[in-house]
Amino acid sequence: MTTLLEVRDLVKHFRGVKAVDGISFGITPGICFGLLGPNGAGKTTTVELLEGITQPTRGAIRYKGEALGPRFRAEAGIMFQNTALQDFITARETLTLFHRFYDHTQPLRQLIDICALQEFLDRDTRKLSGGQRQRLLLAIALLNDPQILFLDEPTTGLDPQARRNFWDLVHTIKAQGKTLVLTTHYMEEAYNLCDEIAIMDHGKIIAQGNPKALLIEHFNEVVIHLPGNPLPADSSVLGLSVMAQRDGVDILTSDVNASLRHLLELGVSLEHLQVRPRTLEDLFLELTGKELRN
Amino acid sequence: MKLRRFWAVFVARNLEFLRDRSSLAWNIVFPALLVMGFAFAFSGNRLDLYRVGVIGEQSHWPDNAFLATHYIRFIPVQNAEQAIVKVERHQLDMLVDPATQRYWINDSAPNGYMVERVLRGSGGAAFHKQAVSGQEIRYVDWVVPGVLAMNMMFSCLYGVGHVLVRYRKNQVLKRFKATPLTAFEFLAAQVMSRLWLVVTASFLVYLGTDLFVGFAMFGSYWNLLLICILGAISLISLGLVVAARISSDELASGLLNVISWPMMFLSGVWFSLDGLNPWLQKLALFFPLTHLIEGARAIMIDGAGLADISGHLVVLAAMSAFFLALGAYGFRWE
Repeated sequence: MTTLLEVRDLVKHFRGVKAVDGISFGITPGICFGLLGPNGAGKTTTVELLEGITQPTRGAIRYKGEALGPRFRAEAGIMFQNTALQDFITARETLTLFHRFYDHTQPLRQLIDICALQEFLDRDTRKLSGGQRQRLLLAIALLNDPQILFLDEPTTGLDPQARRNFWDLVHTIKAQGKTLVLTTHYMEEAYNLCDEIAIMDHGKIIAQGNPKALLIEHFNEVVIHLPGNPLPADSSVLGLSVMAQRDGVDILTSDVNASLRHLLELGVSLEHLQVRPRTLEDLFLELTGKELRN
Repeated sequence: MKLRRFWAVFVARNLEFLRDRSSLAWNIVFPALLVMGFAFAFSGNRLDLYRVGVIGEQSHWPDNAFLATHYIRFIPVQNAEQAIVKVERHQLDMLVDPATQRYWINDSAPNGYMVERVLRGSGGAAFHKQAVSGQEIRYVDWVVPGVLAMNMMFSCLYGVGHVLVRYRKNQVLKRFKATPLTAFEFLAAQVMSRLWLVVTASFLVYLGTDLFVGFAMFGSYWNLLLICILGAISLISLGLVVAARISSDELASGLLNVISWPMMFLSGVWFSLDGLNPWLQKLALFFPLTHLIEGARAIMIDGAGLADISGHLVVLAAMSAFFLALGAYGFRWE
């Protein structure tokens, strides 16, 4: 399949700091591509380069085989991480303002329904809640019926319910066949929404692929979590890989039944035991030695 | 340039301004109060007791007892026609031509009568009287164009400068940049929005205060509108230059203060530039506000036509073009 957006050897320096350090990848049409990383990893800089907001120090970005230009601006939808809207105008007036910037647009009525804006359409944008504001910003990003949609940390600061609602919206948009580029530091979000992810650290991509495939590639074990400190002082007698956590211990195993039998034989209490698969958070920790939300 | 995009930004900016009640009130109520305050404060006698224009260089004035009278301010006059108009408007109590032994006074001016008595009793008995008549120009008539222009200056500079810096700081401009909207369309909409708002607000203030105070207006309202529009464009463009690329409120305030305060004091808002240091007079010519005020005063008080104020119009147009080009060239979305 041909790529919709192609990145080659992209470099961005800020006063001697390499925010983006020679990354290359391609985004195929119709997928949700996730850029993951902790704060300062370079993902927002990367996405601003892809959006054409920032100019690269080196490297090339091509949309449908062309350098980013008027065609890209007309066909791309962007939802920035931090965007203020003009004061003293309503959500409806804001939509109308941006609607007039484009030649090709979606009907406003349709967008209002998709993004559930009806209840606050005539409210001053300064008086919107976090979730309402994000839905309005998403609607603005969708006004031109974009072929590629950039979402830069769209759910940061939202409560869990608003975040779940936003994910539903993104699923709806994905179902329309649009290509999405998402940056986030919520692993659950990336796992839920993305078909492909690139994990960034220090301006470089350190892993890339389908989230499930990446986990299978890097991990063949699951985690047995035991709360408290139920293990013998010398945990080496277990013959298992053990990691101390703040609220207990994690035991890594590829054979849950055998490990549980072994723990019972050693008299270890299995009360409140949890078994979970390895996550993207674990993967990031494994790859970089850092927690993702640093 | 697409008119649809220009119009969208124009309308949104107008709504933002008109709904910001505090800003709107400041733009209309403050100058109105200022004008009314001046009208009240200077409703009595003028500051100078008697002012007499004398035709010819001071060094060529004859040795005349009248010209040595204390407590009368004698002002050398080169252009007799303009000076006669000032006598008509009560801006001079008398005009004297020692060479032809003539003098002009306004019969309806009490001060003219008093100065005439002094002239008659102090070596001027042989002088021939030339009576003129006309409406008095009070200080408030003189200061109104300055106050209105000063308010326009603040509204243009801060209204555009601060708004652009705020938009840049909170990333409204970044959001616009990600659309097909061009910088030219955006800036043109900002200029036009501020222009009509400022001109309309000034018109309302003029109209409202005129009802209570009643200004002198001897010229054409169309000419006044023309110089107001050109003056506003030049000041808005100057605001664009300041706000072209900075994103700090503090820096923007500092720069706008550096520009606006000297203009307020040196452009003849409160007092005539005639008595100003010659160097400062030359400096004042670089301020758009000076040309706006002098042009507006010439129209309102002297009844000047377009030809009379053409110099001011040309300078304002040139300044507008220069500042607009500079502001547009230096403009950055982020």
